[in-house]
Amino acid sequence: MIALVTVVVAATLALASPQAVTPPAVSAIVVPTQRSTADSILEARTTEVAKGLRCPICQGLSIQDSPSEISQQMRALVKEQLRAGKSPDDVRAYFVSKYSEWILLAPEAKGFNLVAYLAPALLFLGGLGTIALVVRRWTAAGESTVAQGAVAADAGQSTQPD
Amino acid sequence: MNWRRAALASAAAAPVIALLAWGMTRDPKEIVSPLPGRNAPEFSLGVFAPGEPPLARKVGDTIALASMRGKIVVFNFWASWCLECRVEHKDLSFVAQQNASKSVQFVGVLYNDVPSAGLEWIGKMGGQAYPSVLDQGARTAIDYGLYGVPETFVIDASGRVAYKHTGPIPAALLQSKIDSLLAAPAVQSPASR
Repeated sequence: MIALVTVVVAATLALASPQAVTPPAVSAIVVPTQRSTADSILEARTTEVAKGLRCPICQGLSIQDSPSEISQQMRALVKEQLRAGKSPDDVRAYFVSKYSEWILLAPEAKGFNLVAYLAPALLFLGGLGTIALVVRRWTAAGESTVAQGAVAADAGQSTQPD
Repeated sequence: MNWRRAALASAAAAPVIALLAWGMTRDPKEIVSPLPGRNAPEFSLGVFAPGEPPLARKVGDTIALASMRGKIVVFNFWASWCLECRVEHKDLSFVAQQNASKSVQFVGVLYNDVPSAGLEWIGKMGGQAYPSVLDQGARTAIDYGLYGVPETFVIDASGRVAYKHTGPIPAALLQSKIDSLLAAPAVQSPASR
C-alpha cells in the first residue's frame, strides 16, 4: 500500500513538474549533436594527419600511435591548427618547415623520393622478367633434350640390324 | 664466360649498390634541421628561474625574442631528467658569464618538465648564470623542431638562426660561434625582417 502511494505521488509530481511536460528546446538537442559531429570530423582529420607524422623520439612510430609526451603535444597542435581552419596539407607543411621532410612517415612522391616509390615496382617487374626468361630457357632446353632424345632413339632404331 | 650476361647483371646491380653505398655514408641519427639560415620562430615565455647577476631576470618576467633584436641569443632547451644536460650545464654558464658584457643573451628553456624540478636541478648543479623560461605544452620546442634535449640554437642579431647544436655543446664551440657572429657585420637590419 505504501509502495502504491509512493508511485502515485511520484507520478503526480513528475507530471506537475514543468521540466517533465515542457519539451526540451530544439537548440538544446541540435547544438550538441552538431558539435559532436564537428568534433568527430575534427578528430578524424587530426588522426589522418597525425598518422602521417613521425614521432621525433621513437623508432618508426607516428605521433598518432606514440604515447610519448611530445607526440601527444604535437597531436594537440595538429588538432589546434585544423580547428583554426588550416588544411591537412598546411599542417603537414608546418611540421616539414620545422623538422624537415624527415617528419613525414611517407616521403612526398617527387624528385629523388620517387626512387622509394618506383624501385619496388621496378625490382618486382625485373624479377618477374628474369623468372619468365629462366623458365622459358628451361622449357626450351627441356624440349630440345626431349627432341634430341627422340632423334637419338630414332637413329638407334634405324641402325639396329633387322 | 658469357660477357653479355655479366655486363647486363652488373648494369642492373650497379644502381642498387650505388644507392646502398650512398646510404652507408649517412648517419640515420643525424637529421638536418631546416631552421639554420631562416628567421628564428618568435617566442614569448615566462621566467621561472631567475639566473644570476648580471644576467638575472625576475621570476614571472616575460622574455620575448622580439625584445632581444640586435643581440645574439643563445637559446638552450634542457630538462631536469636529461642526463646529457648535466654535461653542458657548466660550459653554458661559463660562456654566458664570459659574454655578460657583450651583446649576447642566454636563455634556458625548460622542456617537458615542471618548474619545481627544474629549480631543484639548478640548485643541485650549483646555479645557472642566465634565466630559464617555461615552455608550456612544448609549443616553442615544436616551433624550433626539437628532437630531444639538450639542443642549442644560436640566433644572430637580425633574428636568424645561425647555428643549431644537438647534444651537449662544448664551451669552445659555443664561444667560437658567438665570436664569429660578433665579428660579422649585421646581415639584415631588424626593420627589414
